[in-house]
Amino acid sequence: MSEIPSELRYTKSHEWLRQEDDGTVTVGVTDHAQEALGDLVFVELPEVGSTFAAEDACCVVESVKAASDVYMPITGEVVLINDRLEEEPEIINSSPYDDGWLFSIKPENMDDLGELMDSSTYKQELDE
Amino acid sequence: MSQKTPLYEKHCQAGGKMVDFAGWDMPINYGSQIEEHHQVRQDAGMFDVSHMTVLDLNGSSVKPFLQYLLANDVAKLKTAGKALYSCMLNAQGGVIDDLIVYYMTDDWFRMVVNAGTRDKDIAWITKQAEPFNVAVQVRDDVAMIAVQGPNARHKAQAALPPDVAAQAAELKKFVGAAVGDWFVARTGYTGEDGFEIMVPEAQAESFWDALIEAGVKPCGLGARDTLRLEAGMNLYGTDMDESISPLIAGLGWTIAWEPAERNFIGRAPIEAEKNAGVKYRWAGILLTGKGVLRNHTKVVVEGVGEGEVTSGTFSPTLKQAIGLARVPANAGDSCSVEIRGKLLSAKIVKPVFVRDGQSCID
Repeated sequence: MSEIPSELRYTKSHEWLRQEDDGTVTVGVTDHAQEALGDLVFVELPEVGSTFAAEDACCVVESVKAASDVYMPITGEVVLINDRLEEEPEIINSSPYDDGWLFSIKPENMDDLGELMDSSTYKQELDE
Repeated sequence: MSQKTPLYEKHCQAGGKMVDFAGWDMPINYGSQIEEHHQVRQDAGMFDVSHMTVLDLNGSSVKPFLQYLLANDVAKLKTAGKALYSCMLNAQGGVIDDLIVYYMTDDWFRMVVNAGTRDKDIAWITKQAEPFNVAVQVRDDVAMIAVQGPNARHKAQAALPPDVAAQAAELKKFVGAAVGDWFVARTGYTGEDGFEIMVPEAQAESFWDALIEAGVKPCGLGARDTLRLEAGMNLYGTDMDESISPLIAGLGWTIAWEPAERNFIGRAPIEAEKNAGVKYRWAGILLTGKGVLRNHTKVVVEGVGEGEVTSGTFSPTLKQAIGLARVPANAGDSCSVEIRGKLLSAKIVKPVFVRDGQSCID
């Protein structure tokens, strides 16, 4: 059974979001997603300063098996990326919710976050 | 409804992630594909390859039959147990399948063909065998386990029944031996030393357990694919198929052109293709920077033309993206590959990346 922290928000495409104290939102892929992808070997992160609309493909994670798009969960500007992933993409497998975060964004509208699934809804989604 | 090998329960017990492969429920990995890959390069791993099809061909004309059926020439096989890798071509020179054939006795050859091509292979072989009076027997009563890696032979011998182990210890590379209902061959699909072992179905599970006891770890089809790709070995259906001639797929070395009078199926079209000059060659591709090569990634050789990666992956040994590719015959040693709309620089190399645990790249 995959881990689903209760304080995060989730998307149907298996991204998680964490609201930070400084008004930014950190984004990553869920434990379920990393498990399904298998060993990750390459991540193509978005550029800092770029803006994306919700559901735009903004990032690519590649495992030995396949390449998968990561979608921007809510409209916003990328303010920080996880540089560590360039050399150690495997930390997404070992720590999807902490060391393996992908990027953080400044949302256009923080209320959008509330529209996404909470942990119990995401869990139901996975169980279906 | 997927088919299950005699080792299905063992895979589930070992935490295998089961996927459909050519109609079979097979383990893609048991946790980490990359760890399983290293296990084979550095020590010993085992693969359930029972989904592959074993055929016994019997009859006094079996040798001339195979000389007609296969592009490689079984006349090269002089000693009992010796193996030969060959393509089986259709009349147009396309590859129906690639296979291994073992010379057992003058009227018995054993053949191992792919799982995905099983039905068409059996139909084709049976039809061609008829005028030769050769009997084709499908050996679904055996399971097959490949034990591969630098310590594979040593560890497998500890798990084999003593009489089988004694014969296995004597095997030279690319030779097999039948011992009772067992068959052990020093062959593989990883670029490492090891055995491919056919075991009677009823003993498959206990032999699997004995291999685990001997320190051999289960490895899935995922690692099998990255290992064969590093070793520069083709995969049927990906690197070649019925629409691709063996000359383009880098399998020219497996075609026995001599004696010129040997008339094997598909000879005329591929001979004509060879004489006209083959427009593509088969090569290895090494991505210089970061990224991953995938099947069908476009290869661009500036001023020369384009080609295609036929199978690509990330090499766990080299920690770099690698691929097998068809490139224009006159391509040099550098090219670009198109990944998500961007051209990235890559090298064209000999299509062998890793052998016996060592990198073959300068």
